[in-house]
Amino acid sequence: MAQQLSVKEPTPEQIAEQQIYKQMGVTDEEYGKICGFLGRKPNYTEIGVFSVMWSEHCSYKNSKPVLRRFPTSGPRVLVGPGEGAGVVDIGDNMAVSFKIESHNHPSAVEPHQGAATGVGGIIRFIFSMGARPIALLNSLRFGRLDNERVKYLFENVVGGIAGYGNCVGIPTVGGEVMFDESYEGNPLVNAMCVGIIEHDKIQRGVAQGIGNPVYYVGPATGRDGIHGATFASEELTEESESKRPQVQVGDPFMEKLVMEACLELINSGIVLGIQDMGAAGLTCSSSEMASKAGNGMELYLDDVPQREEGMTPYEMMLSESQERMLFVVEPDKAAQAIAICERWGLICAKVGKVTDDGRLKLFHKGEIVADIPVAALVDECPVYHKPSKVPAYYEANGKIDTARYPEVTDLQGALEKVLASPSVASKEWVYNQYDYMVRTSTVVRPGSDAAVVSIRGTRKAIAMTTDCNGRYVYLDPEVGGKIAVSEAARNIVCSGAEPLAVTDNLNFGSPEKPEIFWQLEKAVDGIAEACRKLNTPVIGGNVSLYNENAKGAIYPTPVIGMVGLVHDIEHITTQSFKKDGDIIVLLGETKAELGGSEFQYVMHGVTEGRPPQLDLDAEKKLHDAVLSAIQAGLVASAHDLSDGGLAVALAESCISGGLGAEVDFTTGLRADIALFSESQSRVLLSADPSRIERLRQHLDQHRVPYQVIGKVKGEQLNIQVNGKPAIQSPVERLEKIWKDAIPCLMK
Amino acid sequence: MNFAVLVFPGSNCDIDCYKAVEDTIGQPVDYVWHTATDLSPYDCIIVPGGFSYGDYLRCGAIARFAPVMNEVVKAAEAGKFVFGICNGFQILTESGLLPGALLRNKTMKFRCHPVTLRVENNHTPFTSQYAQGETIDIPIAHGDGNYYCDAETLERLKANNQIVFRYTGENPNGSVDDIAGVCNENGNVLGMMPHPERAVHRLLGSEDGRRMFTSILQTWRERHGAAAIG
Repeated sequence: MAQQLSVKEPTPEQIAEQQIYKQMGVTDEEYGKICGFLGRKPNYTEIGVFSVMWSEHCSYKNSKPVLRRFPTSGPRVLVGPGEGAGVVDIGDNMAVSFKIESHNHPSAVEPHQGAATGVGGIIRFIFSMGARPIALLNSLRFGRLDNERVKYLFENVVGGIAGYGNCVGIPTVGGEVMFDESYEGNPLVNAMCVGIIEHDKIQRGVAQGIGNPVYYVGPATGRDGIHGATFASEELTEESESKRPQVQVGDPFMEKLVMEACLELINSGIVLGIQDMGAAGLTCSSSEMASKAGNGMELYLDDVPQREEGMTPYEMMLSESQERMLFVVEPDKAAQAIAICERWGLICAKVGKVTDDGRLKLFHKGEIVADIPVAALVDECPVYHKPSKVPAYYEANGKIDTARYPEVTDLQGALEKVLASPSVASKEWVYNQYDYMVRTSTVVRPGSDAAVVSIRGTRKAIAMTTDCNGRYVYLDPEVGGKIAVSEAARNIVCSGAEPLAVTDNLNFGSPEKPEIFWQLEKAVDGIAEACRKLNTPVIGGNVSLYNENAKGAIYPTPVIGMVGLVHDIEHITTQSFKKDGDIIVLLGETKAELGGSEFQYVMHGVTEGRPPQLDLDAEKKLHDAVLSAIQAGLVASAHDLSDGGLAVALAESCISGGLGAEVDFTTGLRADIALFSESQSRVLLSADPSRIERLRQHLDQHRVPYQVIGKVKGEQLNIQVNGKPAIQSPVERLEKIWKDAIPCLMK
Repeated sequence: MNFAVLVFPGSNCDIDCYKAVEDTIGQPVDYVWHTATDLSPYDCIIVPGGFSYGDYLRCGAIARFAPVMNEVVKAAEAGKFVFGICNGFQILTESGLLPGALLRNKTMKFRCHPVTLRVENNHTPFTSQYAQGETIDIPIAHGDGNYYCDAETLERLKANNQIVFRYTGENPNGSVDDIAGVCNENGNVLGMMPHPERAVHRLLGSEDGRRMFTSILQTWRERHGAAAIG
């Protein structure tokens, strides 16, 4: 029977009478269930353990019914959702493991450490699978960059990501950053890691073999990050600043050592199960490892390495001190494991043992301080089916016709304004702070549609990207969700790769609000449908709810992390124009679609109407046509059309290639709409004139609409619409505007 | 010719240096742990980039006390080639094998991007295959690459022709006299902030770093060939 230990901790009776559980985010109903599972009132440690395991962050209690709608299997999926990270086959006994995770709330109150530990956590997910991390990406959202607090957050989030990733020695190769007042006060910081693994090395977080010892490796446990998972599962308020102590502190040097030691442990073949101590620390790792093996676990808390004196069981179990791992070996392999850890200068301590009773039992100073059925913690968390309601704004937006805005006639000026908008402008200021080249495998660097990392000793490479346009998702969650997946896949295809699978990070407001839950449901439906159509199953991800600020919820932002396979490095393609005389071809149809566009935001100061529509059949056809054209060697450059439409895509291909272009676009649309519409399923290709006939035939065969719009030429970007001059600008001038925008704002 | 790539806790360009030796000159190469006490089998010792000991205290300040560094000093004194890149350069200045020090970048930010270097001295074992004054594209990736030395040391470096590389165009970190790399008086120890091991394949964007490795091999062969004949 569990006993109450510390004099300062409330007794089980006090917890019940004073409803102390509510401070930990546990509801009356949940408290009642916990009492039922235990057959008595929980003590302070036990209620703490339950509260983190039953937080949204760990249990997905509000999102589970929705997440079930995702396709999660496919011929290439080796490990789907449920483990640290998913794993996808890439042939020749090789596989790729990847996952994305958010650190939004910590980054809102302590941007440097919040972002840094987000990177650290996602790296541990990947190497705990046994995979060698080869690349990092991120997806960031901030308020408007003319706000001082936003600048502070942006500067320090980027600095935190750089400081951690650079030191660990994993290149940060790609990502996206967008700015919109919707994210003010609640920035989004999503980090993704990609690793490479051989099939037979794939690990599971399982506590196997009754009686086997459980080892702890990594730095000692402190009082940092206590209740981090709970903090992540509530809205940010005025008091959030006081929760700074719940933000963990990262040590990338330690991470590097722990990573090398764990990969060495795994490669030695002695590890039976391994899991990181991330959210909910020792609590989550121990109970999940026991649960996945159908076993129990005993932990001897006196043996947990501690860096502060007098830590209570509650504190040790809930600490989210960073860079810690838990693993299980057979008793006769323990000495070998300890030797490997010591070689890397790490503490390695036996802290527990696998049991057969299905219970998590915690011992401290000779007494049992918690005794909980593992299944109650991991599987029995109540699942909520939240009410859903169509928001009024959605109905209202259906009546807005964005084609009726007064015509913008200064198209040159409009292009310059859109290029200078921080969401579109060059992100060099950001990615030049990241070491994107370490490991010497980065073949396509940040700044193109997708990053590409080669796999040494093979002809293969991995393409990767993160994408989501929160404005589209806000205006129509289902269409926005489809677009997020489609755009990610389009980026992958434009780089010369076959899309493989998806990891998703669902950043939404409070699910307690029916309108927000509607956004979540609809976005998931859109994502699921697109993933089915494009054969990119969801192999894992993360849910971050309660992203709200004083003005309400953030734009719903389901970030899609996608990975693709380049079958031969010769297929690798970038967005930059390659040489004078190459013919420029626009694939897809351009419609009057300004809703949610960057042009609408910059020139008309609003985000309204319906977003661009998406036909998944047309999208799939486009991908097949572009990828096979690239693989057939017909394409010199390929660029997905997204924010800023055709005008921005042309400017970007010119700037990155250091070349001009002569373009005449034939259209039935008004010139400003034609150039800045963000119609989906469009790609800009350039091709050597000797290949253009074959390319035309190829596109005809694939029944993809296209228009030859001009050629690469000189040093000037000249765009005409229906023969009428629209934009005439030296590329150098556009480049300066595009590159200087963020540095100028940050000075 | 035998190469050692040192591994300190926190080194992270060790693999890249190892691969560069394999790919450019195909010579035998070993990772050598920071606790090693014998470097006698090796003709060239590469001190790679990364964050040895987390860059705590000061970049390279802790690594210089690693047991292997006593052997590196001996190897340098014996005329063997010692090649420090990025954090390796910082370690070599901390250990006194090279003059000067590396301070925080003037911009106070980590910077990673290609830079153009001018080869100021092609009479070193590391640069013999470059033309004097040639410009080459080699990436940088550092937060503390701001080379500093006092005026007197700078004059000595110039007089002895110890400035091996300078940045051309923008000085990315505030280095004195645009210095990107220096050698010791004998020319057998080179330290540089840019990463030649990251510029050895067309796919990586530049191949200009290859000749640093081929220079090392050629010089070693010439010297040892001559010794054998003599």
